Amino acid sequence: MITEFIGVTSEKVKNVVEKELVRRFADSIGDLHPIYIDEETGKNSRYGKNIAPVTFPRVFRSGEVDGLNLPNKGLIHGEQIYHYNRPLFVGEEVYCYSKIEDYFEKEGSTGKMGFLKMKRYGEDTEGNIIFTEESIIIITETVRRSMNV
Amino acid sequence: MTHLKELVQGETIKMTLEPVTRMDLIKYSGASGDFNPIHTIDEEAKKAGLPGIIAHGMWTMGNLSKLFTPYYEEGYIQDYSIRFAGMVFLNDVLTLNAQLVEQTDEALHFKVNVTNQHDKEVVKGKVKFTLY
Repeated sequence: MITEFIGVTSEKVKNVVEKELVRRFADSIGDLHPIYIDEETGKNSRYGKNIAPVTFPRVFRSGEVDGLNLPNKGLIHGEQIYHYNRPLFVGEEVYCYSKIEDYFEKEGSTGKMGFLKMKRYGEDTEGNIIFTEESIIIITETVRRSMNV
Repeated sequence: MTHLKELVQGETIKMTLEPVTRMDLIKYSGASGDFNPIHTIDEEAKKAGLPGIIAHGMWTMGNLSKLFTPYYEEGYIQDYSIRFAGMVFLNDVLTLNAQLVEQTDEALHFKVNVTNQHDKEVVKGKVKFTLY
């Protein structure tokens, strides 16, 4: 049962906010603003460096939650929630881990649907939280059956 | 407008995008690492019961945030929550909207959404832009 995983966290994985990845990401959302990609603009900004787009943490890796095998097809992304304590800086190291926050089921028109709340935490080198990224994933009846849960 | 603080309550900033192309979604797949084929390959989308490929919800959410990018000296997006309300197909023409709903000394609160050419909301949510 997925409910057994509530509260379980993954191990921490080190990520780097890489300049080139930020450029590609900003380009892919049509937001090639100099604050993300131009060093001079970054230097002259209040941050003294470039920052990354708010949804950039999507590219980070965080460890796997042992034993929780979600299929890579058929999941529906229901909601996405970011909280930041400050912007993310280009070049910095970010330590990410995921936590299963909650899982519950609701009866829908196509059968019982599962709602999985996963939260990813991004910390700086001193262990301060820079951001959290919460995803609510909807698992349909068909997918639940294939997972045998 | 050069400052977000100059907005009055109820005012909306908006931007209409070029029609969605397959290349947009291929680029986002590569940049984000989300290679779910329902976003890029027609047959896979059809197999999943969709009429055609659909945009990543996160692509649309990422686009929406660019309404705030020019104002980085004034503050930053502290909270950004989105509910994915509808699918985005190839050639859809999306409009990004952010309406100022509340203003304090510390933050500007926006109701945000993205609508398609049929005026249907495809994503909706909130932004808290914290001021320096």
